[in-house]
Amino acid sequence: MKRTVISALLSHWLKNPLQTLALLGGLALATALWSGVQAINAEARQSYQRAANTVTEGDFAQVRGEVTVKDFVLLRRAGVLVSPIVEGGLNGVRIVGVDVLTSPRLSAIPETEIGAIYGPTLFGQAQALDQLGPMPEFRKTAVEGAPPNTVYGDISVVSDLLKRGDAIDRLIVLKDQPRGAVAPEVLGYTVTPPQAGTDLASLTDSFHLNLSAFGLLSFAVGIFIVHSAIGLAFEQRRPMIRTLRAVGVPLKMLMRLMVLELVILAAIAGAIGVLLGYFVAASLLPNVAATLRGLYGATIAGALTLSPIWWLGGVFVSIFGALLASLSVLLKLWQMPVLAIAQARNWQSKGIARKLQLSGLIVCILLAIGVLLFGEGLVAGFILLGALLIGASFLLPIYLSAALSIGQRLSRRVLAEWFWADTKQQASGLALALSALLLAMAANVGVATMVSSFRVTFVEFLDQRLAPELYIHVDSEDQADRTLSFVEPVVDAVLPLVYQDTFVSGVPTEIYGAKDHQTYPDNWKLLEGVDDPWGQVARGAVLVNEQFARRTDQWTEDKIEIEGRMFSIAGVYGDYGNPIGQIVMTQSVFGELYPTIRPLRFGLRLDPEKVPNVAEALRQFGLADDQIINQAAIKKLSKDIFEQTFVVTDALNVLTLAVAGFAILMSLLTLANMRLPQLAPIWALGLTRDKLAKLEVLRAVLFAAITSLAALPLGLVLAWVLLAVVNVEAFGWKLPMYLFPYDYLKLVIEALLAAVLASLIPAWRLKKTSPSQMLKVFANER
Amino acid sequence: MSAKVFYILCFFLPSIAFGQGFAGLGRIADDFALPQKGYQFDFPKDHGPHNDFRIEWWYVTANLIGEDGETYGVQWTLFRNALEPVEAAGWGLEQVYMGHAALTTKDTHFATERYARSGVGQAGASVEGLDAWIDNWVLNQKEISAAGPDFSFHLSIKDLGPFIFHGDEGYSVKSAQGQASHYYSAPFIKVEGALDLPSGEVKVSGAAWLDREWSSQPLASDQTGWDWFSISFETGEKLMGFRLRGSDVFTSATWINPDGTTEAFENGAFQATPIEWSDTAGPKVPIRWDVSLPEKGVEIAVEAINTDAWLPLTVAYWEGPVLVSGTKAGIGYLEMTGY
Repeated sequence: MKRTVISALLSHWLKNPLQTLALLGGLALATALWSGVQAINAEARQSYQRAANTVTEGDFAQVRGEVTVKDFVLLRRAGVLVSPIVEGGLNGVRIVGVDVLTSPRLSAIPETEIGAIYGPTLFGQAQALDQLGPMPEFRKTAVEGAPPNTVYGDISVVSDLLKRGDAIDRLIVLKDQPRGAVAPEVLGYTVTPPQAGTDLASLTDSFHLNLSAFGLLSFAVGIFIVHSAIGLAFEQRRPMIRTLRAVGVPLKMLMRLMVLELVILAAIAGAIGVLLGYFVAASLLPNVAATLRGLYGATIAGALTLSPIWWLGGVFVSIFGALLASLSVLLKLWQMPVLAIAQARNWQSKGIARKLQLSGLIVCILLAIGVLLFGEGLVAGFILLGALLIGASFLLPIYLSAALSIGQRLSRRVLAEWFWADTKQQASGLALALSALLLAMAANVGVATMVSSFRVTFVEFLDQRLAPELYIHVDSEDQADRTLSFVEPVVDAVLPLVYQDTFVSGVPTEIYGAKDHQTYPDNWKLLEGVDDPWGQVARGAVLVNEQFARRTDQWTEDKIEIEGRMFSIAGVYGDYGNPIGQIVMTQSVFGELYPTIRPLRFGLRLDPEKVPNVAEALRQFGLADDQIINQAAIKKLSKDIFEQTFVVTDALNVLTLAVAGFAILMSLLTLANMRLPQLAPIWALGLTRDKLAKLEVLRAVLFAAITSLAALPLGLVLAWVLLAVVNVEAFGWKLPMYLFPYDYLKLVIEALLAAVLASLIPAWRLKKTSPSQMLKVFANER
Repeated sequence: MSAKVFYILCFFLPSIAFGQGFAGLGRIADDFALPQKGYQFDFPKDHGPHNDFRIEWWYVTANLIGEDGETYGVQWTLFRNALEPVEAAGWGLEQVYMGHAALTTKDTHFATERYARSGVGQAGASVEGLDAWIDNWVLNQKEISAAGPDFSFHLSIKDLGPFIFHGDEGYSVKSAQGQASHYYSAPFIKVEGALDLPSGEVKVSGAAWLDREWSSQPLASDQTGWDWFSISFETGEKLMGFRLRGSDVFTSATWINPDGTTEAFENGAFQATPIEWSDTAGPKVPIRWDVSLPEKGVEIAVEAINTDAWLPLTVAYWEGPVLVSGTKAGIGYLEMTGY
């Protein structure tokens, strides 16, 4: 019997290829977008992991100043584990010599190669090795994980290459020191802390948040499609199910087989979805990679791998989604009396749905208010987001019917009144598809607002922060003195950059000493502050970044204690992308707090026209390429990157809208057959099929327009939550929100277009319905 | 103890193989000096490095008793590995030094390693008296000291005792094919000092044993590892015996009388049979042995005090203190490699 039942059930899908397409297509699309975004995120995160695992000599504290090989041996023989570094440049490549016997493990030198050090070998990325030019006497080993534009070798090799003899530049201080080792400071050496590390993962989380939001919403939209398809299939199979049950097929068996059927279909769709997702990810990944590389310096491997986990995950997500979407249908089947009427009805039971919607809405509103009042942390932010979106989709049918009632009340002509009434009647059937559109549009508005706001803020921030035209850094005080006496006559101003890592109010904080110079008041915009904040700073007050202010809840005019001295906060500045607290004080006060710290980094103010010449002169003077940073180049890079970001978000925008359009199409097709009895009388009254078809298209546009009106504010609220709640919870800073009306307008037009496209097939079908079919409505039992 | 040659070579062999085409490494093997039978030792010069030989070590093991009554073991080792048979200058890699230090209690084992090149003076040994060092690890006539991330020890030498010579007046044969090394020891060193452990400082005293050995020859190609015993009997005699494992087992031993006179035993006289194996931080190794030297009436059981004395270092092996029972009772050190 089972086989007969299965073939009966399956015959439906063969007879209705469009429905099969809707079910498989919806699930596949949902899975594709979901798994595509997951793949991109996973690939990026993996790459950060690799980047975070890259160990360079900069990750260690270093003994700087005038150090010689004697100091190295003296410290080693005193029991301090230090390792010498020789550094220089050749053909624009930075060359670092390390003592492979005493050095901590560096990513640039693979462990397996240490046995091979005796042959003169250079290690680095292939590009850097190539740039060195032909060197037949050296063996070159390409190492993927090496820092860019830097070549490493054993100190014996590099000393020879750079003709440095026994001289060294500085000493790395190893992290694990033996028991009882003294600190180099005790022996009179100056130790500089490790380079301030940037936690790539936390910086780029904001970017991934966008992608994840897209992935999740696309999945939700896909599930709406599936729900429609399954609902339709159920309606149409109602007579068959009644017959099957009447001939004695047990309900339990029927249910089991239907679930099995669903699982198989979902597994097929899931597999297709994973493949599609792979293509989505593969085509977007180069852009994502370019964005992240430029923005955060994170290198993402350009190639994707299709792992078995990914396949399984995709199929599982698809099955889960299909079961979720069919839950209500299966429940209905369970409760259906054996001899229920075989007539197809609007399969959404209105009264119950309305009650459910209202109670769901209330729960969501309460949840959102609760989270806003009492919630804390990233999870709360996401709960707020979820409550908003789900609440909005509950609200949509109520909103639709209210909007349509207004239209109905305003209409005077008979046809118009019928149109409004008929539209309203159709609203509940389309509610799910329109919810999909609402979510897709809101997500687009929200994410576009967030990304664009981020861009505007970040570019402005770069302009503020990167005011000096050139940056240089030197290795020693001696080199600083020599370089400054060389550069001071040719530039307008030299701004020393000094900082110290410490704890203030229990928060890890970088303290910066800033020279009293017009550059700062001209360029730094504060989020809040006293009058003439920089004048106050010159007189001994401090500025704090937003992260510090939020974490310690100390704002303008509060007093903070730094290294035992009290300071007044003159203002708070935005500091985007920095994970830790920061305090700026004037250079002289900084010098009093930290007398041993001498500036090794400098910002140079000069006529932008002169930048290339001065940079070249500094190079000739002996600074390596990586010691000179051109501000204009950084800014251009950052701006290019945002353009890349837009390629990615635009592509995802189009994809989610397409999915929403598909959902509308499927819902309209579902409704088309049921609507025939409602349209036939109108036709009989003299309205042509052509006119009816046009009204169908108009109706779809109207629905899309009404939905768009709701999607815009929802999207903006979404953006606000992302920028002002989730961002603050995740990163400790609030992004200012900007509006982009042109983008929103474009989006509305796209949504209307999607609706028109979706309504074309049902309208065309209606137009082609033969009069005899229309007449049958009156002849039928219906 | 020339067996140690083997693993040093294992460590550096890849570089030598790879280096055939580089810097003339291919011919280096021919340039190293070989141990000569009848070599006349010359002190204090021979306490210092023999840069024309490929491998050399200063190897101290000590069985100690703490004020707390516990037994402790300490190992201090400096290996010299020559990539070229010349003295190194500056950052040159001709002479690479590797230090191992370990401290064994009855339930824990600490081990750490250091690397250095001698040209800049970070490691080396003096030709003017016993004085070898790497970083702040020191072995000289007065002290033995080393430190790792979680332990350190400092032992003062109260009495260095006599030096003794293994094999044929210091010419110690390692295989049937005739591989050999120069090998002398100071097995009667008396020490006292302190161990610094995570649990606190412990004052200790006891006996230390210094091995000095240099060679250029690898072991026979089929020799895969060895077991080396240094035993101090309660009666004052000492026994050094090793067993090289290859397609055949090759053994050698030196019987040391309390007055420092010695008797050398050729292949086969000394026998060691593994009885019980144990898991370690590395592979399974025998931690209980039956050892015999019938010509001296020795039938003893040798048992590890701490079975997990594995040194998980770049070059990894088992080295730890042992208890001896049987026809004669005593203490000692056991080294096992190539498992």
